[in-house]
Amino acid sequence: MPEAPWFDEEGAGRHVRPYAITGGRTRHSQHAFALITLVVTRSLDDVGHGPLEPESAEILELCRDRAVAVAEIAAHLDLPVSVVKVLCGDLLNSSLILVQSPPDESEKPSVELIERVMDAIRQL
Amino acid sequence: MPTALKILVAGGFGVGKTTMVGSVSEVPPLETEERITEASFGIDDLAGVEGKTSTTVAMDFGRITISPQLVLYLFGTPGQDRFWFMWDDLALGALGAVVLADTRRLDASFASVDFFEERQIPFAVGVNCFDGRRESTSQDVRSALALDPSTPVILCDVRDRNSSKTVLLALLEAARAQAFARMSPMAGR
Repeated sequence: MPEAPWFDEEGAGRHVRPYAITGGRTRHSQHAFALITLVVTRSLDDVGHGPLEPESAEILELCRDRAVAVAEIAAHLDLPVSVVKVLCGDLLNSSLILVQSPPDESEKPSVELIERVMDAIRQL
Repeated sequence: MPTALKILVAGGFGVGKTTMVGSVSEVPPLETEERITEASFGIDDLAGVEGKTSTTVAMDFGRITISPQLVLYLFGTPGQDRFWFMWDDLALGALGAVVLADTRRLDASFASVDFFEERQIPFAVGVNCFDGRRESTSQDVRSALALDPSTPVILCDVRDRNSSKTVLLALLEAARAQAFARMSPMAGR
């Protein structure tokens, strides 16, 4: 095979533990997250929650100050995206996060939206 | 709560996808991976995979904050692998795509070009000219890839931020033209 394989021995081994965090679940039964679904931690000054997996606590910490995409959370926590999606589904069920999905494929971007992005790119 | 959009940067191995993402991103390129299982695919076609029901794809990406309400992510996608294109999440929220091409290996761009044309996702082709080599003209590349006249082809050096910006703006110009065409459906008749 001329191209680099998608995962090597080392990469494959890393999958064993991440799915242990989710109790073996590779997808969430109720919520569908996209790579760029944004996650923000809810301010819960008056709402307590039970003990969390360390990884879930890390997600809450990471998303406290700004909205962070699922892919970004995965990169920061060094976990596969699918594990982060399951953990975020649980956090959403517990009302600990707010999420914003990207527009779906039927909602095509408007001229105005595209121009706003063009202006921002020009100013980089 | 802001919304996120993405631009895909597709292309063969070593063509400069991560370099391009890094040249415009406000953070150094991030890296993660996703295990895509059979059920995650949009279409039920695993021909040639010999019973394999999942694969792991690596991706790297960067971020550009457009405004407090809008964040743009740039995803480098290894476009020579058909697995990517069976994955619905790939195109979700995509404004469009850049297909980065290496003139020595144009065949590595075919799968990406096919995918974006079929899905009517606007795209621009960036011909990455390493070390200033410009052996091919944009017209050669256009012919070899059998591109629609409306698809921009830009000779670029993705290590340079301004050059990467030019490619992104060409793509967005194509996306804007497509959006205009949607607004006036009579125009195409």
